[in-house]
Amino acid sequence: MKKISISAAIREGMREEMLRDENVIMVGEDLGRMGSPFAITLGFLDEFGPNRVIETPISESGFTGMAVGAAMRGMRPVVELMYVDFVSVAMDPVMNQAAKMRYMTGGQVKVPLVVRAPMGSGRRNAGQHSQCLETLFTHIPGLKVVCPSTAKDAKGLIKAAIRDDDPVIFLEHKLLYARKEEVPEEEYIIPLGQADVKREGKDITIITWSRQVYFALEAAEELAKEGIDAEVLDLRTLVPLDWEAIRKSVCKTHNVVVVHEGVKRSGYGGELSAQITEELFDELDSPVTRVAALNVVPPFAPTLEDAFFPHPEDIVKAVKKVLNR
Amino acid sequence: MENKKYSKEMLLGMYEMMLRIRKFELRLTEYFTKGMLYGNIHTSIGQEAVAVGVCAALEKTDYMTSTHRGHGHSLAKGARSDIMMAELFGRETGYCRGKGGSMHVTDVSLGILGSNGIVGAGIPIATGSGLTSKIKGTKEVTVAFFGDSASNQGTFHESINMAAAWKLPVVYLCENNNYGVSVNIHTVTNTETIAERAVAYNIPGVTVDGNNPLEVYEAVKKAVDRAREGKGPSIVECMTWRMRGHYEGDPATYRDKKITEEWAKKDPIENFKKYLIEEGYDEKELQAIEEAMEDEIEAAIQFALDSPFPDPSEVTTDVYACDNERSVAR
Repeated sequence: MKKISISAAIREGMREEMLRDENVIMVGEDLGRMGSPFAITLGFLDEFGPNRVIETPISESGFTGMAVGAAMRGMRPVVELMYVDFVSVAMDPVMNQAAKMRYMTGGQVKVPLVVRAPMGSGRRNAGQHSQCLETLFTHIPGLKVVCPSTAKDAKGLIKAAIRDDDPVIFLEHKLLYARKEEVPEEEYIIPLGQADVKREGKDITIITWSRQVYFALEAAEELAKEGIDAEVLDLRTLVPLDWEAIRKSVCKTHNVVVVHEGVKRSGYGGELSAQITEELFDELDSPVTRVAALNVVPPFAPTLEDAFFPHPEDIVKAVKKVLNR
Repeated sequence: MENKKYSKEMLLGMYEMMLRIRKFELRLTEYFTKGMLYGNIHTSIGQEAVAVGVCAALEKTDYMTSTHRGHGHSLAKGARSDIMMAELFGRETGYCRGKGGSMHVTDVSLGILGSNGIVGAGIPIATGSGLTSKIKGTKEVTVAFFGDSASNQGTFHESINMAAAWKLPVVYLCENNNYGVSVNIHTVTNTETIAERAVAYNIPGVTVDGNNPLEVYEAVKKAVDRAREGKGPSIVECMTWRMRGHYEGDPATYRDKKITEEWAKKDPIENFKKYLIEEGYDEKELQAIEEAMEDEIEAAIQFALDSPFPDPSEVTTDVYACDNERSVAR
């Protein structure tokens, strides 16, 4: 095992795939000399050349659409959007082209495209650079959605995403990039659609993903001091969803809190709550509860931003309320 | 009788293809009126010379992206009229097994990378196809068909800018029928032509008579050769007129009657027939081609009507290439 940052883990995973398959190309802004704003493609231009590291103009709709066309021709483009917020100007190629092409053509076409994007609050980047938008993508059939939380998961999942024949939205939390964690030396893949129990517990299940996994783990330690044994289930992939892992955990703990950093209204937490309530109602001892960001625009001032998205104490509070403690 | 410049095979082939498209679409209007066709039908009646002239300049291995008004493009690129008709009738024998319909006809093996229901969306896809040919060092050229009004989408600028910067083998083919649904292009655009925008990208741009398949062919051939030689993209603008509404059911009252009548005299098929007769081709031979196309399209209609609809269970297939069932379930 070696210890590397999450950004280095993603870089390693992509580099291995570029070495393995010459159809894998990088497409996006500032990927060349700069190596992307979060240094994810550092060194790629020198190693793979401008034919495979396509440094684009600021034309998100154009280059994302171009990547869809390349994918339809058998390439495996990995598009980087500088921030997930910018998907607004690339939404047609994502939503109407990549996601629907296979179905609309009766299964003729594969679109093996990965769209990577940093997301998340906590860097005081204000309204247009701080959102968690995974819910937008889960709502569009044809897309797969991955939100890794650890270096090991990020590396294994980016490799799986690149090898997958469908369009995959790969969302990286900006505040996790620098986090250093152990990663296996040997090559490995983490298949899409497998959740991971990051902490075992018997009293309540906290379902979450991305940066909130760490907040949930912190909350679980706090709760343990008060004799509450929380299980933390990191979904890692939202589509396809590892329902079996959810079912197993809910049947063990009978209480559920869903935690995410995106805003609460119409968030994926509501979807999970509905599925659990519809199908596992008899297993539940309490209503499924959501902990999520307020239904507001990501604010700038630290005092405001910290009040905007969930922190460990919010999770602790929600769990205690659910368990009447 | 052989024309000096163009072979008999080529000229009669163009005539046949224009008739194939015309008769195909005329039958669509008939079945739409009968209520037997679903959704929107955008015909290209009056614009056939563009599709035919462009595709005559392409190799089988070349690629194209098309638009919501794309029946002609696909037929000219080699799509079979019966399989396409079945798709438009929503049958399982169609190109997309009844899942796409009129606006999504696709056959990658013929280089048809899809018609498209979003105006301007095919332009970057064609650009990605061009990028692929460049990366792989292969010689295919890709044509992006789009209408005059798609040139006002951001994807037009973004794509042509990239293709020009990287010398991608793409021909940007503007089919200028003067109208974006009901809006005249000149009321929303300050240039006289679309092709003159090429100056902004430092690439060639020409405007030609889109109702003359040979003029279209010549312009596109030049652009295709240039692209294949690695010299980069061009814009070719073909001036034409849709003889019907934006879609079936649109009486197109927003257009000046006089101009419509003027354009009616420029029917590309009528004029090409006159040209062929002037060139000494036998009228009976031309008549035989027309009858053959009539028969072919009648057979296509029968094939479509005789084909079953997709089984309702197919509703959940083909959403994903991997792990479809689980990814669709939740």
